[in-house]
Amino acid sequence: MSESLLESYRVLDLTDEKGFLCGRILGDMGADVIKIEPPGGDSSRNRGPFYHDIPDPNKSLYWFAYNANKKGITLNIETKDGQQIFKSLVKHADFVIESFSPGYLESLGLGYEDLSQINPGLILTSITPFGQTGPYSHYKASDIVSMAMGGLMYLSGDPDRPPVRVSFPQSYLQGAAAAAAGTMTAFYYRQISGEGQQVDVSIQEAVIRATLQPRMFWDVAGRIVERAGQYRTALSALSTQRVVWQCKDGWINFPIFGGVAGARTNRALAQWMESEGVSDKFLLTKDWEAFDMATATEAEIRDIEGRLVKFFMSHTKTELLEGSLNKRIMLYPVFTVEDIVTCAQLKGREFWEEVEHPELATSIIYPGAFIKMSQTPCQIRKRPPIIGEHNDEVYRGEFGFSKGEIAALKQGGVV
Amino acid sequence: MTKFRRKQVFEGIKIADFCWVGVGPIVMSYLADHGATVIHIESATRPEILRTTPPFKDNIPGLNRSAYFANFNNNKYGVTLNLNHPKAIDIARGFVSWADIIGEAFTPGTMDKWGLGYKDLVKIKPDIIMFSTCQQGQTGPWARQPAYGTQLVSLSGFTNLAGWPDRGPTGPFGAYTDSIAPLFGVAGLVAALDYRRRTGKGQHLDLSQFEAGVHFEAPLLLDYFINGRVASATGNRCPHAAPHGAYPCRGNNRWCTIAVFTDVEWHNFCHAIGDSEWTQNSRFSTLLGRKENEDELDKLIAKWTLDFTSEEVMTKMQGVGVSAGVVQNMKDIHEDAQLEHRHYLWQLEHAEIGKHFYDGPPFKLSKTPCELIMPAPCLGEHNEYVYGKILGIPDKEFVELLSEGVFD
Repeated sequence: MSESLLESYRVLDLTDEKGFLCGRILGDMGADVIKIEPPGGDSSRNRGPFYHDIPDPNKSLYWFAYNANKKGITLNIETKDGQQIFKSLVKHADFVIESFSPGYLESLGLGYEDLSQINPGLILTSITPFGQTGPYSHYKASDIVSMAMGGLMYLSGDPDRPPVRVSFPQSYLQGAAAAAAGTMTAFYYRQISGEGQQVDVSIQEAVIRATLQPRMFWDVAGRIVERAGQYRTALSALSTQRVVWQCKDGWINFPIFGGVAGARTNRALAQWMESEGVSDKFLLTKDWEAFDMATATEAEIRDIEGRLVKFFMSHTKTELLEGSLNKRIMLYPVFTVEDIVTCAQLKGREFWEEVEHPELATSIIYPGAFIKMSQTPCQIRKRPPIIGEHNDEVYRGEFGFSKGEIAALKQGGVV
Repeated sequence: MTKFRRKQVFEGIKIADFCWVGVGPIVMSYLADHGATVIHIESATRPEILRTTPPFKDNIPGLNRSAYFANFNNNKYGVTLNLNHPKAIDIARGFVSWADIIGEAFTPGTMDKWGLGYKDLVKIKPDIIMFSTCQQGQTGPWARQPAYGTQLVSLSGFTNLAGWPDRGPTGPFGAYTDSIAPLFGVAGLVAALDYRRRTGKGQHLDLSQFEAGVHFEAPLLLDYFINGRVASATGNRCPHAAPHGAYPCRGNNRWCTIAVFTDVEWHNFCHAIGDSEWTQNSRFSTLLGRKENEDELDKLIAKWTLDFTSEEVMTKMQGVGVSAGVVQNMKDIHEDAQLEHRHYLWQLEHAEIGKHFYDGPPFKLSKTPCELIMPAPCLGEHNEYVYGKILGIPDKEFVELLSEGVFD
């Protein structure tokens, strides 16, 4: 039997949607993650989409997706009893993950200094829009604001319309996944030194890292990269190249490239076109190896692209994908979620995991391991908890509270 | 007073980084920024694609002038090695004996072809951790399909999820999934490193950039499985907020985002824009009303925002507790006071690029912060040091190998 990576380590997860994914990643690697929600449950349990479109805090697919592999308890850390209980939990925990406004936990006597006195090896990971300190640290930011302040939004969308964000919020996920990377880095240090610390994550910075290339254009070449919709601008100052094209039943991605890789693709595409009676001498005979994106003019690029429009428009996404796979052409369809869940690659990799949801008398298919590990595979071992599902297990089993005490805590608004 | 200096987190951890382009080098850079000794191994015959990709210093191309390459490879030694030369394989095996982690990002099967697959590596070093990353993963019917990250963004669903509902999708800028996979990769790799420390067991990690990417839209996949819904782009709209968008401000291509979720925020928003007469209109007094009349609402707000700079709009909104932020371009990012405060960007002096800025990690460790101290290597910059001092190849042999083209 294979072991899991982190099975003897405990995570207390206090986050809202800004941090859910961090605990999920640690949970996928086997950690014992306890999601701590305020009595009544996380407010983002009210976020859709919902199971069978029924709005219900125990049916949020948004919440499900990022809270599998966690146990769930409720606890009001704003009450004295709640703080006592939380501190007891911290004593035996390895990680606390939180996404409150900077200073909030300190105001409850639960800041890093307080918690590290209880448990010097504890790692406290804090995920906020701008980090714990600094002039914007108390600014309010939802996803669209973080996408804007992190520079990704300026670069995205059609030039004749306002900049756009990704319609499904990304900045929280960027921040939470970065938090997982930072948390594990701090964990490694704790393992060799015994010393815990605070990991201070900035969602803004995580978004900047997601832009990858344009920052350097300003830094070393004095150019502000602008958004160009379905076109690409960052390869050359002389031309833009179409990336997203229309096909018969949707969209595909095919950027023109030169050099060895581009040559192989462009020639294979020209031969494919010829085999279907669209013979283009220019495409077939051009010296693509010598074709340099940096020196090609806008007119040249438009001319080449003009030769491809009809061919793409006369084929479906599936035809273009199959043909490209057979001929090793660098073309991908613009996949919808339907295309993703039905595609042969993810099925072939046994990526999807079916998770039993007895509380809904059904099973639900989830995206599986984020990485395949030969020795310690990641997997979904627990479905996401319903509100307070593990209160008994934790409060009675671990704390030894009596039924009466739990009833008192409940009525006191603690759990 | 001398300050007690803590060890860097990964001090003593040795990584031979055969990775190229985005994801692999980014993963290794997180470890390099926290103290690992990383040797970035490249081919001089076929220089890696980012070395030939802009931006180049002052727009003058050159293998050592791309800041795109540089930004993912600081804190690493750089050597060249021609793996198609038979003698280079012995040297690669030398790196395996030396290293704790071998990273590679070739087309699946390539390392096996060279006799450097995981099964070969464990013969040299049973507890080696091999980190493999590529677009589709090591297995599956599409494993060997060539493509760039700028294309994977479409396959993994993101292109379809950004744009305007009345137009074709545009997607987020660039090779977006190249930013997702490294974060999962670092978490997995470091956990595997600790597991090895505890148990003595190495392993092979297989990171598919496609699979990592789709985790960033997981609820939409569940929505399809359960409800059959196929999500599409909705511009800047948000189902439970209005106003919610980017509004034009004074100046050329200047915008500020504003997001109003609650009644209190709406009240404060109205106050911040001077309680104009239109804000009192009952059509806008409830969330449902604002959603129903959102086009009109957006136009009215845009009329107001145009009179101010984007920074002024942000400050006014934040002053009353409403989420708002400038749509920053990369000049703004370089001048951002918050990033300055956090020392997010690190200036290093590169041999050919000169002084320029590198992105630090998006997190700060309170006791063992990252240190970006060495600029990215020029091609083959550390050949003599690495082959001589680290692998211990005698001078005479090094010169022979050099003349035979092993380091090309």
